[in-house]
Amino acid sequence: MTKRMLTRRSAIASAAVLPLATPHIAGAQAKAVRIGMQATFSGPLAQSGITHRNAIEMEVERINAAGGLAGRPIEMIYRDSKSQPQEAARVARELVNTDGCELLLDAESSAGSFAVQEVARDLGVLCMHSSSETSSLTADPKYRAPMSFRSSRQGIHDAIVGGAYAAKVADANKLTKWATCSPDYAYGRDTTAQFMEYLQHFKPDIEIIAQAWPKLGSPDYTEVITKLIQAKPQAMYSALYGGDLTAFINQGNIYALFAAMKVFSVNLADYTALTAIKNLPKGIYTGNRYVVTCPDTPANHAWGDAYRKRYNEYPTNWSWESATGMMFYEGAAKKASSADPKKLAEALRGLKIDCPFGAGGTVTMRADDQTCVGYAIGWGTTVPQAPFVEGVKTADWGVIFEMEAEWKKKNGFN
Amino acid sequence: MDLDALLDCVTTSSCLVTQSTSGLIVGMLLFMVAAGLTLIFGVLKIVNFAHGTFYMLGAYLAYTVFTATGSYTLGVLAAGAGMAVFGVVFERGLISRVYGANVLMQLLICYAVVLICDDLVKIIWGADFYAMGMPPAFQVPPLFIAGGVVPPFYLLLIVVALVIGGGLGLSLGVTKLGKIVRAAAHNPDMVSALGINTTLLYSLVFAMGGALAGFAGGLAAPVRSLTPGMGFSILIESFIVTVIGGMGSIGGALIAAVVLGLIRSFGTIGFPLFTEGLMYIAMIIILVSKPSGLFGKEIV
Repeated sequence: MTKRMLTRRSAIASAAVLPLATPHIAGAQAKAVRIGMQATFSGPLAQSGITHRNAIEMEVERINAAGGLAGRPIEMIYRDSKSQPQEAARVARELVNTDGCELLLDAESSAGSFAVQEVARDLGVLCMHSSSETSSLTADPKYRAPMSFRSSRQGIHDAIVGGAYAAKVADANKLTKWATCSPDYAYGRDTTAQFMEYLQHFKPDIEIIAQAWPKLGSPDYTEVITKLIQAKPQAMYSALYGGDLTAFINQGNIYALFAAMKVFSVNLADYTALTAIKNLPKGIYTGNRYVVTCPDTPANHAWGDAYRKRYNEYPTNWSWESATGMMFYEGAAKKASSADPKKLAEALRGLKIDCPFGAGGTVTMRADDQTCVGYAIGWGTTVPQAPFVEGVKTADWGVIFEMEAEWKKKNGFN
Repeated sequence: MDLDALLDCVTTSSCLVTQSTSGLIVGMLLFMVAAGLTLIFGVLKIVNFAHGTFYMLGAYLAYTVFTATGSYTLGVLAAGAGMAVFGVVFERGLISRVYGANVLMQLLICYAVVLICDDLVKIIWGADFYAMGMPPAFQVPPLFIAGGVVPPFYLLLIVVALVIGGGLGLSLGVTKLGKIVRAAAHNPDMVSALGINTTLLYSLVFAMGGALAGFAGGLAAPVRSLTPGMGFSILIESFIVTVIGGMGSIGGALIAAVVLGLIRSFGTIGFPLFTEGLMYIAMIIILVSKPSGLFGKEIV
């Protein structure tokens, strides 16, 4: 009995005193904004989820120290999708319905992102895709969702930039006979077709004389490499990435493949691959995924260095894409003076923010297809030691917009 | 399908040399893994689904020793020795408890070991992929033989694999130990009744199988990416080799591995979109025409 009375008294006293005594603490204890992120944290692709999360943790710490989203601190909840699209969809739904997440930050590869997109559409939850690079996710009106945005790069942008850059190199070096070597699934085939389409657009006399489609995760590229050598192309394009690209380069090295032809590798300039290759050949043309030299600005160097200092490893392409997603949420909350998802979505449309990864120091969430534009895309050539990629030439977004509009028109994405 | 390109290739010395050696190297690494697999099956009638894990651990071990000492030879030897020990531990600790049990129980144990080892690799080395890089002694330009391109490192791998495979075949064929192993494969009860320690023998077989896979992992490490789960793809191809060659036949595994390597190297020229399919078609043809495999009747 005594205990009950004491408890009641304490409760009444606390309720009466608290609002008067600690008004500033009440502000700091505002209800946290829960952001749910599903990504791959297990299996061979676990590195993607881990480096997404690393970048997010850095940004959340910074944003919370500056007052959070409109005064509300961010609380992240992470879930493993195990690289399974159906699991990604299930987990995304659970993050909203069970864990009470008000916002989602989807860090899946494309197959998972399309599944999460339907969950976001169904639940009407605000979702930032920070990993999928498949253009149709936001370009095709049939997939677009009103509350879904994209902070990651897009395949079509890379294809246009890569095609334009390669055409200039091809012109200067008279490279007309080309080969390709890309993983045998939708990403590899689509990316290669788009790259070659734009290469031939900018330099029509290009001829494709050999194509190789090794299986994703293939341990051995010997027969592919020897086939490419036999075909005697002057240049080769590859969309191989990660461990596959590393194995290909290591095996290509012992056949002197990189001396036999000019090689254009769209996915090489990511530290994961650059640091894993022990004998990185000089002079491979590569598009940037993430390197501190693209954009070569103090802001990007500072961000990359801070990441490296904190995690004792280099950031990846996934890292900047997720960090940008968080920066967009932060910018939208400032603009809307609210963390309400509907107000955030409204603020995001057309939002331009300062960003270390922007070509001109800023990136924009384009209003009509709710996707990030203006990020730094560039191509350079490899050198065996840090900074690994030099002579990076950043792309002209005017050309990208023009070609992208044509591509959308051709595909009926309006 | 590009039969013209294939015809051009087989009638051009440069292409013939390049593709033949590339087929041989793919085949030799496959053979080393498949030889262990088929040896274990031949004697113990155990289909070791965890065999790819031996290959993976061997590659990681070689990478670690090479990184620490700078010696590739030490790395490869450590991979072979380490996996021999691992093979014995695996056999004594787990597999020996399910001899004669339902094959599903054996499969379950092997699969559990695969998953546990994949996770252990992630804990010890991380989820990221690694590349050992070419040892400095082999950072040399390729040889040009009859116009074909042949990397010296691959020549070494072919020779080493042949020596190990030949040594294994010879020791099983002519030594007393080899005779005991072959006898145990025929009739383990009789071998045991003759006073031979079959427990030790079975452990020895697993040690040899493990060492072969470990050597293969170590030899391949400079040119292949090291990732958790990397043993899976080579396991599938090793099974194809074992099935084509005949379960339990070392000689069959050698022939099948070389055939498979050549199918891949020439298939990628003539049938670029169907190279993987060709391997399975070869397996189906063999299974239909000779269900026990090319040398299936031979029991080691």
